[in-house]
Amino acid sequence: MKASAQRRTVVVGVMVGVLLASGIMGGQAWAQNAPLKADTGDTAWVLVSSAFVLAMLMPGLALFYGGLVRTKNVLATIMQSVMILCVVSVLWIVFGYSLAFGPDKGGVIGGLEWVGLSGVGAEPHPTYGPTIPHQAFALFQLMFAAIAPALITGAFAERKRFTSVVLFAAIWSLVVYVPLTHWIWGGGWLAKLGALDFAGGAVIHISSGAAALVCAMVLGKRRGYGTDYMAPHNLPMTLLGTGFLWFGWFGFNGGSALGANGIAVSAILATHTAAAMGAMAWCGVEWVHRGKPTVLGIASGAVAGLATVTPAAGFISPLFAIAIGAVAGMGCYAAIVWKGRFGYDDSLDVVGIHGVGGIIGILATGLCASKVINPAGADGLLFGNPGLFGVQVLVAAVTTVFSMVGTFVILKLVDSMTGLRVSSEEEATGLDLSQHNERAYS
Amino acid sequence: MKLIEAIVKPFKLDEVKDALLEIGIQGMTVTEVKGFGRQKGHKETYRGQEYTIEFVPKVKIEVAVNDSQVQRVLETVTRAAKTGSIGDGKIFVRDLSAVVRIRTGETGESAL
Repeated sequence: MKASAQRRTVVVGVMVGVLLASGIMGGQAWAQNAPLKADTGDTAWVLVSSAFVLAMLMPGLALFYGGLVRTKNVLATIMQSVMILCVVSVLWIVFGYSLAFGPDKGGVIGGLEWVGLSGVGAEPHPTYGPTIPHQAFALFQLMFAAIAPALITGAFAERKRFTSVVLFAAIWSLVVYVPLTHWIWGGGWLAKLGALDFAGGAVIHISSGAAALVCAMVLGKRRGYGTDYMAPHNLPMTLLGTGFLWFGWFGFNGGSALGANGIAVSAILATHTAAAMGAMAWCGVEWVHRGKPTVLGIASGAVAGLATVTPAAGFISPLFAIAIGAVAGMGCYAAIVWKGRFGYDDSLDVVGIHGVGGIIGILATGLCASKVINPAGADGLLFGNPGLFGVQVLVAAVTTVFSMVGTFVILKLVDSMTGLRVSSEEEATGLDLSQHNERAYS
Repeated sequence: MKLIEAIVKPFKLDEVKDALLEIGIQGMTVTEVKGFGRQKGHKETYRGQEYTIEFVPKVKIEVAVNDSQVQRVLETVTRAAKTGSIGDGKIFVRDLSAVVRIRTGETGESAL
């Protein structure tokens, strides 16, 4: 009995030793020893998650934004999201993926080795999901690339020429989104510093929020801003969009675990929790501040909670998700109420929700990330690692500044090519008729 | 002859119509209108952006009657359209100089 117990202890000890050693050697070394094999469950989850993220953009974001504009601009607003999805998808296959995730060139940009997804096949990549085909990762990331420039369209809603929207989104995707993605997710310089961004708080939300601020300032206000009645024309449509966003975010954050595993579960749990808390927090603050709880408030709060928890999901416990949701709902509400004082017309509040939410989320990740939740992550300030918080502050600052400068330059370039705004008469007529010769409701 | 224009709350339209039919009024014209009186409008708030909506939806009912019917119509509309709260509406009465029934060419009170 005693001998067998000892033997068992030895066996367990050896197994633990092997596990620890393999952990220390890391995925890369492991990969060189044995060819990586795609796991069917993980692959299925990432493929489904890609479809979830597609639904966030179309119809999710398209309806969310479409309901918020006036009757005469709903089709044009929807069209912007759909066209950006198509343009960025093709660009991503041809250049984008390779530049963002291709072999690192000096920490700044990916190489051209994977142009046209050549060399990106069914074999898993050791860092980009060792249990899923490399192409599945490229597809999943394609959806992220498409949603970032589409988010910005809310800032210049109801007044931008369609040609300039498409040109801007295409150039912005390659010049701003792709490098940022490389720096944070593609092994670039911020990744090497230890930046944590689980599903795109900086890469997507801060970058689009910062770009939105510049767009709103460069394009100027809508005709009649502050005097005309510009209330949302169809809040049930916006709520339907919110539903698709909330639903899709399970794939956005859950899929970022790149497998059907415990990290995906904890990411989805944190995502849903933060959305629910964000919705309640926004609605509650509004109730106290304005006397009535509103449907637009509860929908906006949910999206604020979702955007804010994005970088932290997968690194945090559910209780921190409640805290993040609460701060997101209240912080983003304050941001949109105060925007009037700054005098810019960020029509659909991209800055207040995605920019502010993204920054809160990236900083919160530096506070409450825990290796107990995700051993591949890092401990935050609250778990005795102030270094991570410093890196997260840097990530937020770099992303904001890079996106703002890049956006400004691209806007000036596009302005010189096609002009940015529609004419005053076209704006009064509405973009649906003036840009597309169509009406949503006839 | 008089033309009576009653501006009432939209949800009171059916009650007013039924009450008028009961006292023998045979026809009326109804228009959806917007306006305000002492009620003023209401406020709407979207993400902290406040809009004052001055023009409130109302229904305008037009009834052409002979002079002997005027008092009864006024009483009937007032009774049927009244809720007692602000914004119940107003009734205007104007002289009607001529009426023609298009189908027959009749004029005057027989055309009412």
